[in-house]
Amino acid sequence: MPDSPASLRPAEIGWRWAAIAAAVAVLGTAFAYVGGWLTPGRLTAGRLVDELQRNGGLHPGYRRNHAKGVCVAGYFEGSGKASAYSIASVFAPGRTPVIGRFAVPGGNPYAPDSSVPIRSLALRFDLPDGQQWRTGMNSMPVFPVATPDAFYAQMVANERDPATGKPDPAKLAAFFDAHPETGPFRAWAKTAKPSASFVTETYYGLNAFRFVDARGGRHAVRWRVVPDAADAVPAAAGDEDYLVRDLQQRLAAGPQRWHLWVTLAQPGDPTNDATRAWPPDRPEIDAGTLVLEREQPQDDGACRDVNYDPTVLPAGIAPSDDPLLAARSAAYADSYRRRTSEEAGVPGYAKPGQEKRP
Amino acid sequence: MTETAMKETAVTQAPMSQTPASETPAIFAWPARVLHWTMAALILAMLFVGVGMVASVAERHQWLLALHKPLGIAILALAIVRLAVRLRHPPPPLPADLPRLQRAAALASHWLLYALMIAMPLIGWAMLSAGGYPVMLGSDLRLPAIVPENAFVFAWLRAAHGVLAYLLSLTILAHLGAALYHGLIRRDGVLDAMLGRVRGGAPRRERE
Repeated sequence: MPDSPASLRPAEIGWRWAAIAAAVAVLGTAFAYVGGWLTPGRLTAGRLVDELQRNGGLHPGYRRNHAKGVCVAGYFEGSGKASAYSIASVFAPGRTPVIGRFAVPGGNPYAPDSSVPIRSLALRFDLPDGQQWRTGMNSMPVFPVATPDAFYAQMVANERDPATGKPDPAKLAAFFDAHPETGPFRAWAKTAKPSASFVTETYYGLNAFRFVDARGGRHAVRWRVVPDAADAVPAAAGDEDYLVRDLQQRLAAGPQRWHLWVTLAQPGDPTNDATRAWPPDRPEIDAGTLVLEREQPQDDGACRDVNYDPTVLPAGIAPSDDPLLAARSAAYADSYRRRTSEEAGVPGYAKPGQEKRP
Repeated sequence: MTETAMKETAVTQAPMSQTPASETPAIFAWPARVLHWTMAALILAMLFVGVGMVASVAERHQWLLALHKPLGIAILALAIVRLAVRLRHPPPPLPADLPRLQRAAALASHWLLYALMIAMPLIGWAMLSAGGYPVMLGSDLRLPAIVPENAFVFAWLRAAHGVLAYLLSLTILAHLGAALYHGLIRRDGVLDAMLGRVRGGAPRRERE
């Protein structure tokens, strides 16, 4: 070798080694920083899901939120009326198959149906070209908070006090004081009663989205599904799982229907704040009819392995600037990773034990 | 092996001589260099995108995720081209006096890099397929599923994608350290061969 290390002075070799070490360390540190290891206070999907798990308990194999649910299937019949605003084929006249899931919020799959006044409906529309539209809707018109950080703070305030087994009222009060944006949700919750049926509820998409029309024009929208059935009766006392029984009875009698109503925003309506409803005079489109025909237990039904990530959208629907959407996507993905890994027996995950699906 | 060793000896004895590129190249062929540096940028970006996107619940999670998929497919396509270039143009031999252990580490780490460049995008693609997700490269561009929907398969592929991403990151750190070791400490022409210059001289004009 004509240019051997011997021609370098020892001090120079030292400096060169230091430069090499520095280059590797800088790259490694940058990587660790972006990965969040140097900022443990940063809100991540993992921390959100850990907190859900703390409040709902660890139930391997189940969703970390809306753990108690039932699979449904049917189709959506587009009316064609929304096609002027979105090129998504689901809105054109014709049928799109739907795999859905009714659920009760919370991380405990054994919670009584009456434990919360909210029900949810998640849908996956399977478009003919292989694209999908996934949406997770709740039976309340607004979300309590507008940001992922506030959602995390709400869960922390909701942690059960080990002494009483219930959330600490002082912590909850402090949270609500610090978050006046929860006002509209709390006003709704004051009068909300746990419905005796999944089928008689209206389910709201909560977040704003954008429809994209054939000329590339974008329209801020929200959507909800409004039931044809309106004959809910108060839940029978003593039955903790009345919702699924009611659903079975109603589907045995015939398909259940909802209309998908799309609300068009006017300039100035908030698209980044799910705590604020839009004014009631906004134009609305009856985009089509959701028809649910069958139900299956979630333990082996078609909805079991579906992550109802609301950012899985077909061409013609796009996310808005609502900051909750990214957090929902990230947290749902983490929940999906955990529960599928538990079922598959991937090392490092909890084992489905006594709670294993029958 | 004997023939290769002889070639290497010839090169180290006459490193400045303009030996025909097809015989014992002193530097990497230009397609290999272009692919190396392009992919270095893409893969580094990809690792940062990947680790950043799983650690974020902010809006960047969405656009990082949207970037991750087409970037992965681009890396897969380039890696396949690169493998073909590698087989077509043998790389310059390692210095003959390189200790056996370093030589083995160099060979193993390079084939590991090739394997991961090809495996990582395929695992990601298969993982999304198994999870039942449409594999969208843009708002209206969908790749077909390459494995059937199966949550167990998803779980194992998801775990593999994460573990191999860390392995790839560590291998790249080692690769960076080794390249600088060759360039700054040994100064044996290995780094120059990828920079496209014959050590100690002006950038080489080569005939391809």
